[in-house]
Amino acid sequence: MNESRHSPLHDEHVALGAVLTDFAGWQMPLRYGSDVAEHTAVRTAAGLFDLSHMGELEVSGPGAARGLDRALVGNLTALEPGRARYTMICAPDGGVLDDLVVYRLEPERFVVVANASNVEVVRAALTERLEPADGATLTDRSEQTALIAVQGPTAESILLGLVEPDRVEAVRALRYYAAVPAQVDGVEALVARTGYTGEDGFELFVDSAAAPGLWRTLLAAGAPHGLVPAGLSARDSLRLEAGMPLYGNELDRTTTPHDAGLGRVVRLDKVDDEGSPLPFVGRAPLEARAHAVPARTLVGLEGLSRRAARHGYDVVTPTGAVVGTVTSGAPSPTLGHPIAMAYVTPEVSAVGTDLAVDVRGRQEPVRVIALPFYRRTR
Amino acid sequence: MSLPADLHYTLEHEWLSDGSPATVGITAVAADALGDIVYLELPAVGDDVAAGSVIGEIESTKSVSELFSPVSGTVTEVNSAAVDDPSIVNSDPFGAGWLIKVDVTSTGPLLTAEEYEAHAAG
Repeated sequence: MNESRHSPLHDEHVALGAVLTDFAGWQMPLRYGSDVAEHTAVRTAAGLFDLSHMGELEVSGPGAARGLDRALVGNLTALEPGRARYTMICAPDGGVLDDLVVYRLEPERFVVVANASNVEVVRAALTERLEPADGATLTDRSEQTALIAVQGPTAESILLGLVEPDRVEAVRALRYYAAVPAQVDGVEALVARTGYTGEDGFELFVDSAAAPGLWRTLLAAGAPHGLVPAGLSARDSLRLEAGMPLYGNELDRTTTPHDAGLGRVVRLDKVDDEGSPLPFVGRAPLEARAHAVPARTLVGLEGLSRRAARHGYDVVTPTGAVVGTVTSGAPSPTLGHPIAMAYVTPEVSAVGTDLAVDVRGRQEPVRVIALPFYRRTR
Repeated sequence: MSLPADLHYTLEHEWLSDGSPATVGITAVAADALGDIVYLELPAVGDDVAAGSVIGEIESTKSVSELFSPVSGTVTEVNSAAVDDPSIVNSDPFGAGWLIKVDVTSTGPLLTAEEYEAHAAG
């Protein structure tokens, strides 16, 4: 515990009275006050998150796109500069090493954003997979990069008020999963329209040294728009409602992207310069998995009683046969009833199937429903 | 930490008032650790409870914890206001956020406020 790493915003969190928690070796804010109020603020106004624990790995050079095509399951050659893509890095057996967001900043410059718990694994895998002959260089920018997210329906209004005047229109026009460099409150930032909450919002990549000042400015400028600082507790309940996977829960080395219902990120249609199928790490097992009858599939479960299913609990049929395992579960602050994601056998995965979860020795009724649990209306 | 000195405490972070029926609740330490409490499951009036046994659950968005009875006896009253709005357990754990009242026949191991404070700090 003594060796926990601190975000560049650590002093801000302490000053705000945050309850800190150990997360992937970092001391990060779990909540500042009420986690449900933080969750609700993001749904109705805005929340400010520190995500500086995440890793930023820059891949640059003439062979960057091709190298990433071989290293990851996605088609990065096809990614336009200024856009971002949700993708994964898999082991040779097809198991997920991490889920990633990759930004193409320039034709020959990418940033791979990895989960804090997996930065070392991703860096090692990329180092191994990006051959020098590809002309691609890997640089770990995690240490000097802070990541601040502004999420919620008022995020755009808050941010636009701080963006340099001649970039306001570019930021306003940003599409989902697009990014543009802009000064925010005078701080050089990569402004991305991305997030993990199910709301509109932005993620700002800035130099660590500039982060505390920008954080305070965002808090002050956002307050009239209902913005509050929000911790990892709210982040987790928000992403669960939005049906987004969390590495370590829905995804790990024993799951393939297809298991998680994310087979679309595996681009088997990638081709090399000659038009032949492009070899990438995990290709053969993932190709087989794409055409196989799955052993399990990820579903949404709507709780029909009050007690929430939690990570690791058994999913059972009405007669008590175990048919799956809960990966994430909580009482949904927005919906007012428990929700969960679970891996279940395909026979019981159809929407509308009535199942139960063994919640500490008592069966609680649940029903399979389509993901996400929550979808914003605007 | 400002712990009411006139209450008894348990290692599992419950508090108990003097007398019988005695009032049972959870401490501010427990409420704060859970985060916003969204669901309480409590025993029913008339239920017999045994000291040290699990008699309910306290659930927040982030986690869930079991409620242990600090005493043996019969439940005489349940705080329906807290069941309806569990947030009062967070806002006033030693007052309006009490959980149950028990007609006490015997008590389990109890701590003084001072002993509990040392336990909670450790």
